[in-house]
Formats: sequence, C-alpha cells, structure tokens
Amino acid sequence: MKRVVITGAGTINSLGHSVPDTLEAMREGRCGISELEFRDVDRLAIKIGGQVRGFEAEGRFNRQQMSLYDRFTQFTLTAAKEAIEQSGIEFHGELAARSGVVLGTAGGGVSTWDDNYRSVYEDGKNRVHPFVVPKLMNNAAASHVSIEYNLKGPSFTVSTACASSNHAMAQAFQMVRSGAAPAMITGGSESMLCFGGIKAWEGLRVMSKDACRPFSANRNGMVQGEGAGIFVFEEYEHARARGAEILCEVAGFAMSSDAADIVMPSKQGAARAMAGALADAKLNASDVCYINAHGTGTAANDKTECAAVAGVFGPHADDLMISSTKSMHGHLIGGTGAVELLACIMALRDGVIAPTIGYEEPDPECALDVVPNEAREAKVNVALSNAFAFGGLNAVLALKRI
Amino acid sequence: MSISDRVIAIIAEQAVLEPSDVTPESTLENLGIDSLGLVESIFAIEEEFDISVPFNANEPEANDFDISNVAAIITGIEKLVSEKV
Repeated sequence: MKRVVITGAGTINSLGHSVPDTLEAMREGRCGISELEFRDVDRLAIKIGGQVRGFEAEGRFNRQQMSLYDRFTQFTLTAAKEAIEQSGIEFHGELAARSGVVLGTAGGGVSTWDDNYRSVYEDGKNRVHPFVVPKLMNNAAASHVSIEYNLKGPSFTVSTACASSNHAMAQAFQMVRSGAAPAMITGGSESMLCFGGIKAWEGLRVMSKDACRPFSANRNGMVQGEGAGIFVFEEYEHARARGAEILCEVAGFAMSSDAADIVMPSKQGAARAMAGALADAKLNASDVCYINAHGTGTAANDKTECAAVAGVFGPHADDLMISSTKSMHGHLIGGTGAVELLACIMALRDGVIAPTIGYEEPDPECALDVVPNEAREAKVNVALSNAFAFGGLNAVLALKRI
Repeated sequence: MSISDRVIAIIAEQAVLEPSDVTPESTLENLGIDSLGLVESIFAIEEEFDISVPFNANEPEANDFDISNVAAIITGIEKLVSEKV
C-alpha cells in the first residue's frame, strides 16, 4: 500500500477566495455569514448564508466558458487552479493517463436549474440555452477540471448530500493508496444559494434565521454556505521525488451507512465511521488531538455527534478538541468536507485550531472542548474530519502531520 | 368543517388513523407522528389555511407555536387564522 499526501490545496468560500485568506479568517474567528443577495430573496423566510462575495466570473472565464460553467463549476475551477499551481504538478504522458479527478457535489448546477425553470415556467419562454444540460450536470465540474489539466485517469462525481466531498476524497485516497493512480484531484463544490435552493431547504424547518451556533445550547439550526475546496492527493514517493511541499498525510478513512432514517442522524453510524477511520489508519483513539466536526448547528446533529465522539474516544474525548467551522463559512452541503479539510491542514501543519464561533451557552449534551470563539495553538499529530449526510451516509477521513 | 375538524383530519391522515381516533388530548408522539411527520403536518396545515406557522424543528420547546398536544395545535391554528384577516 502506498502512502498518500496532500501537495496542493485551493478554495473559494465566504471566508476568502484562497487558502491563505480562508485560514486567516479561521484563525481570527471571522464570520462569513451575512444577508443573502439574489433575486426574490424577499420571498424567503431564511435570508442569511455564507455567500461568496466579490467573485467576478466574467473576468476569469471567457464567453464560451461562461455558457458552460455553472457557479459550482466556476468555484471548482478557481479552487483547482490554486491547488494545482501550489502543488506544482503537471500532468503529461503516463502521469496524465493514470491520474484523475473525483469530486463531490450534492446539487450540481442548482442555479442553472433554477434560472431555466424560471425562464420556462415563470417567464413562459419556450426555448432554453443549448448548454443547459452540460452546464447543470453533477459531473460538469469534474469534467472541466479533467479537460483543463489533462487528467485522463479515473474521473467521476460522488453525490452523498452533506458527505459528498468526504466520500469523494476517500475514493481519491483509495486510488492513490492502492497504486491505481499516482495523483488525484479531489474535493468538492456546492452552489445552492439561489431562490429555489434555499426554498427547498426551508421546508425542512432546520435552518436558522440568525446564526450558525454549533454545540451552543441556544443553537437553532444550520446556515447554508457555498464554494469549493480542491486538493491534490499524491503518492508520497512521487511527491518526494519532485520536491513537492507536503501539507499533511491522508492516513485512512471509513464510510458507514446508518440504514435507519432518511434525515435523523445515528450515533452508531457516526461512531462506526470514526472508529473505522482510526482502524484503517492504524491509529489509536488516543492519538487524535483534533476533530473537525460535522457540527451543523442543528439540535439533532450536534448532540448525536458529541455522543458518538464520547463513545468512540471514551475518557480521551475530554482531552481532544472538536470544532465546527460551519459557524464561519456555513454548511457547504456537498462541498463542506473539502473546505473543512483546510481546518485540519491548519491544525496539523500550522498548529492552529480553528474555533467554533457563535458559541454562547454550554450544552450538557455537547460537553466537549469545542474551541469556543477563539482559535487556539496546539501541536496536532492526528486529526479527523467528519461528515454525516442526510440519508445516513457517513464518511470520516484521518489525517496525520508530516 | 370547523378549523378543529380540519386540523384533526390533517393529523389523522398523517398518523394513518381515523379522525375519531384523534382526540384533543392526543400528543403527536402518542399518535406515532415523528419529526418528519410533524414537519409534513405543519406544511399541510399551512397549505390548508394559507397561513405561516412559526416552527423550527431545532427548538420545538422554544417556539411560539405550542405542539404539546392536538388541542394546543388547534388553538394555535385558530389564532393564526384569526390574525390573517
């Protein structure tokens, strides 16, 4: 089995348009959640979100590209550029033939669906742009990354709601670890902040109208975000041979299915995924210093997740740190695990733990060290990144300092 | 049909029971209505009466809208319907 390392990271989200900007915001505990701005927002009950601001797609992409790139693809390509440039990897010949791209997204081109439904239903038009289908398809982002960077190996999109990115990164990890691919581009993207995207979520009545306060007793729901996180996963010796900077090691993963309820999380399912990731990485529970929580800020997730952590880690649960950066960037749904992996990289590489902001009142059902409100310095050798999706599909990644 | 009968009909349908099996004292839990069933019932009530029910699944106790039993729900709906005009 090969060792797998991360040699490039890129992002765009409500905290920043790059990894350095995002990590700085996380260190400062800045909040990227604000009033949403888009058409018909006045008809929504939920009017806040972690929206990407100041992103001018028109200057970045040409006219032909704009007609093919939904916002989730634009985010993906922006983050992929940062990640691949940082990594310095170039895909030619055998490397290009065997390397691929596996990305996560829950909704794909949601705003393309929204715009075109509006056009035919509300505006009564009988014609849509010829590229609607290739623009909205869930694999559009993965395909455009493959086209842009000459990635000719295994490439596809994974869609498991809020765990999409983690499932995608687990797939990419497996391909590199098994030797099937020397490098993989992976991560995820989401852009659901449009009228239809938020309206659908409103129906479940799990969204907060004012803030995302994970683990805080007065939490009242999740807040959506948007953006992308993209990484270069590379075989360790391959990265060493070309002198690449290594951000951290991906040590293991596990996936589990609750096989129980379509929306309510399960303590057992979450616990099995965390314990499984440790076993796969050949780590002990006591090795873990930091967990990037799924931490959505809903009543159900946070208490279930804390109970699962207590179950897996026993007394060590009181010694480790667990934070939810969704409090800052919102819940990026299918892209969330990818942006949250950045907090794990910051913990492992820089020794800085991103805080859970908006924390106001302790909840006895979430009695863990949630790194409230202010970032903390700590040496972290092992971190976990949790993602527990609607549908009861869980994926946890284990990462190591290098 | 009165507001009360209409609300009971919606709840009964959600619980897969006859309306006569739904009493004012019944709680949603007794009727076997889970969190998803509750959200669906509230949606159906909103559609039936063209009102907006202030309910967040994250803080059922903290809501202005009392769902402790069927009678409380009916009282809440009657208030919202009367405020509509």
